[in-house]
Amino acid sequence: MIDTPRFARLAAMTWARSLEFLRDRSALGWNIAFPVLMVGAFAMVFSGPGQPLFKVAVIADAPISAELHPFFGAEHVLFFKEVAGEEAIGKVGHHQVDLLVDLRAQPGRYWVNEESAKGETLEKLLAVAGGPKLERQATSGERVRYVDWVVPGLLGMNMMFSCLFGIGYVIVRYRKSGYLKRLNATPLTPFEFLSAQLISRLTLTMIITVACFVAMTSILHFRMDGSYLDLFVVTLLAAISMTAMGLIVAARVSSEEFAGGVLNVLSWPMMVLSGVFYSLDGAPRAVQIAADVFPLTHLLVAARAIMLEGATLAELGYNVGALALMSVVFLGLGTAMFRWTQD
Amino acid sequence: MSAILEVRDLVKQYPKVRAVDGVTFDVPEGVCFGLLGPNGAGKTTTVEMLEGLVRATAGSVNFRGAPLGAGYRERIGIQFQHTALQQFLTVRENLNFFSKLYRKPASLERVIARCRLADILDRDTGKLSGGQRQRVLLAIALINEPELLFLDEPTTGLDPQARRNFWDLIREIRGEGKTVVLTTHYMEEAYVLCDELLIMDHGRVIARGSPKRLLSQHYNDVVVELPGAALNGRSEWPFALVQRGELVEIMTADVNATVSTLLSAGVSLAELKVRPRSLEDLFLQLTGKELRG
Repeated sequence: MIDTPRFARLAAMTWARSLEFLRDRSALGWNIAFPVLMVGAFAMVFSGPGQPLFKVAVIADAPISAELHPFFGAEHVLFFKEVAGEEAIGKVGHHQVDLLVDLRAQPGRYWVNEESAKGETLEKLLAVAGGPKLERQATSGERVRYVDWVVPGLLGMNMMFSCLFGIGYVIVRYRKSGYLKRLNATPLTPFEFLSAQLISRLTLTMIITVACFVAMTSILHFRMDGSYLDLFVVTLLAAISMTAMGLIVAARVSSEEFAGGVLNVLSWPMMVLSGVFYSLDGAPRAVQIAADVFPLTHLLVAARAIMLEGATLAELGYNVGALALMSVVFLGLGTAMFRWTQD
Repeated sequence: MSAILEVRDLVKQYPKVRAVDGVTFDVPEGVCFGLLGPNGAGKTTTVEMLEGLVRATAGSVNFRGAPLGAGYRERIGIQFQHTALQQFLTVRENLNFFSKLYRKPASLERVIARCRLADILDRDTGKLSGGQRQRVLLAIALINEPELLFLDEPTTGLDPQARRNFWDLIREIRGEGKTVVLTTHYMEEAYVLCDELLIMDHGRVIARGSPKRLLSQHYNDVVVELPGAALNGRSEWPFALVQRGELVEIMTADVNATVSTLLSAGVSLAELKVRPRSLEDLFLQLTGKELRG
């Protein structure tokens, strides 16, 4: 049964916070303009001739070196280790890697996308490199444009900033200005206050993110192989976990400068390590493990898998589970740590 | 008169300081109760414990005979000296918002009329003058028709006209039978508004009573003031003198005798003033400190 006064307080706080955000035109404008400008810029920059670097994924037990195969000594080619499986072959199909070499199979094999010019070039390099002959496996698939790949990253990054700063910074400002003390003098409970902040921020972030996605896809026609509902669920979970992360930062701090510093310490590694602008394929294993602690990483892996490979939520159990777990843990911590005023 | 608040042996110990050191007093129902003290006296901490915002280390605060419980905040109103409101919201929206936080809010029309807000209802709260802002904060404190109202230096920073208008508002509220707990830096304000005063220093109560009773308890004299230059440099007098800037104050129970002495010494009385003892005098005597500054 709904506790009417409690619901009324929650609704009033949510509405007041939402009005405040919507009337702050500079903040609202920036939240909408930032992802649009970024996607536009990336679409322009990366829609021309491709990047100069070739990427070759290698499945092997030994370290990659020219001794393993002379082809690995080729210049201007990035060789990196890959885990065997359909996903690795899919990356060749999507032009995410230009060639896949499997040295664990007997005889050794390589996959090339017959529609990829880079793949064709690398095939010629492989032929003249010498060494043990590798068996050719052809695959095909439509090219994934960089803009298709980067769009979840940019929207995710915008969402991350919106969730972290929109919650963290705002609550710290409330505390510093004495507004939290004023609210503490009313029957409003911390749970109601925090829930209202969360609901308001989540609702507005999701509306803005969906609106940006719809507007941009009508112009750039992003690839979407999976379910929009799955994408929405993953995005919502990520927004909850990142907003809850902001709650932890804002739980006790009353210095905007300090909060800004902590939020930057959280957001910048996420931006760099979560694969916003470039794939973590080929990055050291330690970096990939470190990136797993960030909700943004799981959002981007899951969103790209849904959009570019048609993955379902069931197939993304690890990422969805990680986001759900982070949401619960961060929310619990943020609520437990919260104080109306500075200690 | 029954007590709306009973405070017993209240202590607040912080890691490095004992802010409140065992204070005991009652706040009678229906009065304006003033709390005075120099900076660091412990009055803010005491008030915050009365408001239920700060937990006491020891001692108790009872509201109508019972410990402060979950419903206490439904029954009190607080006007803080330093507080922000939700940005980009009008006065009306802020009042609406706060009214929804209570189970039994007051009629908004009544609060608006009482605090004279009708002309500024649609104004952004960030664009109000000092006096308007204080009236909005008072309206928020009254939004639940509280039985007990806490006012924390409500007129600080207001011009004299706005301050006097605000005093009228407080008198009206007090006239409706509500109990008001007022902290202020202005002695005149305390004297004009308060039925009872509590003076604190070093975390303890050092005096308590109505302003008139406190003055009569401590003084049976008046103050004769005149410019220091009028004394012609003479320093030996049969009465005590206190220099305050360019003025000299003579505390005397016999004005006629004092004036006669001054006249016989050839002192010009052209600028002489006689005034009764004030709360400022009492405060200075009890704490050794000016209340302001």
